[in-house]
Amino acid sequence: MGARVEIGRERLSIKGGRVVDPANGVDAIVDVHVADGEIVAVGDASNDFRSDRDIDARGKIVCPGLVDLRAALREPGAEHKATIASETRAAAAGGVTTLCCPPDTSPPIDSTAVAKLVQTRAAQAGYARVLPLGALTCQLDGRRISEMAALKESGCVGVSNAYRPLENTLVTRRAMEYAATYGLTVFINAEDHWLRDNGCVHEGTVSTRLGLPGIPEAAETAAVACYLALIKQTGVRAHFCCLSTALGAGMVARAKYDGLPVSADVSAHQLHLTEYDADQFNSLCHVRPPLRTQRDRDGLRGELARSALAAICSDHQPHEADAKLAPFAETAHGVSALDTLLPLSLKLVEEGLMTTAEVVARLTHQPAAILGVDAGTLSVGAAADICIFDPEHYWLVSEESLVSRGHNTPFLGWELKGRAICTVLAGRVVHCVP
Amino acid sequence: MRANPQLDENGKLRHFLTIEGLRRPLLTDILDTAESFAGVTERTVKKVPLLRGKTIVNLFFEPSTRTRTTFELAAKRLSADVLNIQASVSATTKGETLLDTLHNLEAMHCDMFVVRHCDSGAAHFMAKHVAPHVAVINAGDGSHAHPTQAMLDMFTIRRHKGEFGALRVAIVGDILHSRVARSQIHALTTLGVNEVRIIAPKTLIPAHAEALGVHVYHDLREGLRDVDVVIMLRLQNERMGSAFLPGEHEYYRLFGLTEEKLALAKPDVTVMHPGPINRGVEIDSAVADGPRSVILQQVSYGIAVRMAIMSMAMHQRGE
Repeated sequence: MGARVEIGRERLSIKGGRVVDPANGVDAIVDVHVADGEIVAVGDASNDFRSDRDIDARGKIVCPGLVDLRAALREPGAEHKATIASETRAAAAGGVTTLCCPPDTSPPIDSTAVAKLVQTRAAQAGYARVLPLGALTCQLDGRRISEMAALKESGCVGVSNAYRPLENTLVTRRAMEYAATYGLTVFINAEDHWLRDNGCVHEGTVSTRLGLPGIPEAAETAAVACYLALIKQTGVRAHFCCLSTALGAGMVARAKYDGLPVSADVSAHQLHLTEYDADQFNSLCHVRPPLRTQRDRDGLRGELARSALAAICSDHQPHEADAKLAPFAETAHGVSALDTLLPLSLKLVEEGLMTTAEVVARLTHQPAAILGVDAGTLSVGAAADICIFDPEHYWLVSEESLVSRGHNTPFLGWELKGRAICTVLAGRVVHCVP
Repeated sequence: MRANPQLDENGKLRHFLTIEGLRRPLLTDILDTAESFAGVTERTVKKVPLLRGKTIVNLFFEPSTRTRTTFELAAKRLSADVLNIQASVSATTKGETLLDTLHNLEAMHCDMFVVRHCDSGAAHFMAKHVAPHVAVINAGDGSHAHPTQAMLDMFTIRRHKGEFGALRVAIVGDILHSRVARSQIHALTTLGVNEVRIIAPKTLIPAHAEALGVHVYHDLREGLRDVDVVIMLRLQNERMGSAFLPGEHEYYRLFGLTEEKLALAKPDVTVMHPGPINRGVEIDSAVADGPRSVILQQVSYGIAVRMAIMSMAMHQRGE
């Protein structure tokens, strides 16, 4: 496990909960016992086990701590929006124990110093494991490849150029080859810089009515096609982040079926919203990639159910209030999403798309496998990262109920179901609702 | 569906931001009110005291002569005090500047903002953030809407054609970037014309344009057949020699309105243009200055129509 965290000294027994641990095929009402920061037993503990603290989980679901593939923490560089401490605290409150942060900070994570800074700050805060992605190119300039070997040694779990364009396909090819040399996964935000142009919403009926510059479907699919060709050429392991089109997700699914070393995820908001939510110039729905059509949303849900999309991420992007107070195109894109990742995912169970275990798999061991880290399970001997949530708890999304410093969510005013009541990180209780 | 932000609880105008979502009786009411003001502008004393004591700010973040001037004249003929502000949009802090500008002007007790801005949705944004007693009139926002222009075009059509029901109207040119075209399309479909056609090469037609309730043509001759009204749009110079259009020569040859192409339309066809016109690019001088052109009338009707809209939006503020 890349990120070091403080080990809990208490021995815990989590009693009477429904344990959902898809990696081990467990879905039963059993107890979970923790000592020295590890899971020591699922079911009955050995006779000499004495817990210091019992946690009553009756009526609750006990699952591995959630693993979020994409959460911007804004530090270093944009501390007026949020900090590693503020956002990892929101992660803990949302049941997330491991999160992966993109490299587009300021300065970007293109050096050992910044990679270490991020991890040190996260360790000091102590709420969650933070695994950084390193920059694919120096200063994300899209031209010069970064010191990827050093980045890997300093804890980066992969490399990415975030949304910054790569100058040309030759740079992409070389960067992929270099990453492959060190066994690094390349995390891709598939967006054709030229086709996106100055777009800010999906190119379709809403962009036409509102006169907002549109981002065509091909901005994603053309990029996916190009990356897939280069993945095949270079053999690098690659992960597509936050896909927004059904066609793009289908292309990755086919490539995966054909044996390419690829995976993909989708953000929770893409599973519930469409271009129509940006109507009336609602800047809270200004996201990148944009919200697309109902056909896309349904297609993404289908690929998620079939596991072609292996994970649901938050794509958390907290902003200060002013960032959304302007005419639509001038506002910052992004949703503050750590608070709503779990309930929005559970909504898919409610809507009959997947079982609880299938949803939990897409929030735990499947994203952990993409990151190549040993997390997302309740196996005996594994780190005791645990999320206990009440699947029947209704709560109103409001500025008061959000823990993240960013209140920029289009789900304000929604009543969501399901909330983490207790989060355990390496055997330490980091969030607990009394 | 959220409530229409430009109407009050009685369905009367609060702001005037877009034609979309307004019902036919309201549009007709605007045209009728404008008709009554048209008389005023032809009198020797061209003033009525409807907005005496009110302060109207023309807040223009984009350069404009015609629209700003007609708004100014309209406000003055309603006896309002008028303040013209040519604001610049700084590249980095547009958002704050807009909100700050707004609140600063509000602090000076202004009653109405007439706003033009390069961003789609800017007028909606302002309407959402102004104090309850302030009205916002959209004088053009990005590629989204230019509703007062569309209403003066409807006024022009009604004066020259009478009823809307039987009319075929063609809009020719850069529909993709045109706020005027979007507002005209909503106005024409709401007023119930027989058919709206949009005519342009595919590069200048927005995605799923049919969803606006129009028929799409890519051939000017075909599209002009039997139309009653032709509205030519101004083609921005920066579209030429870009990835949108190869150049003026080919555009004029294929989409420029000439007497010869106009002959395909109905014999009594009316030719309109929101101005300013590019002679020899989208329209031939012989057509622009010819007997079927009402381009200059459009400008003068603009004053009456803007008087109507300003007085209607203001009248709801506890007068």
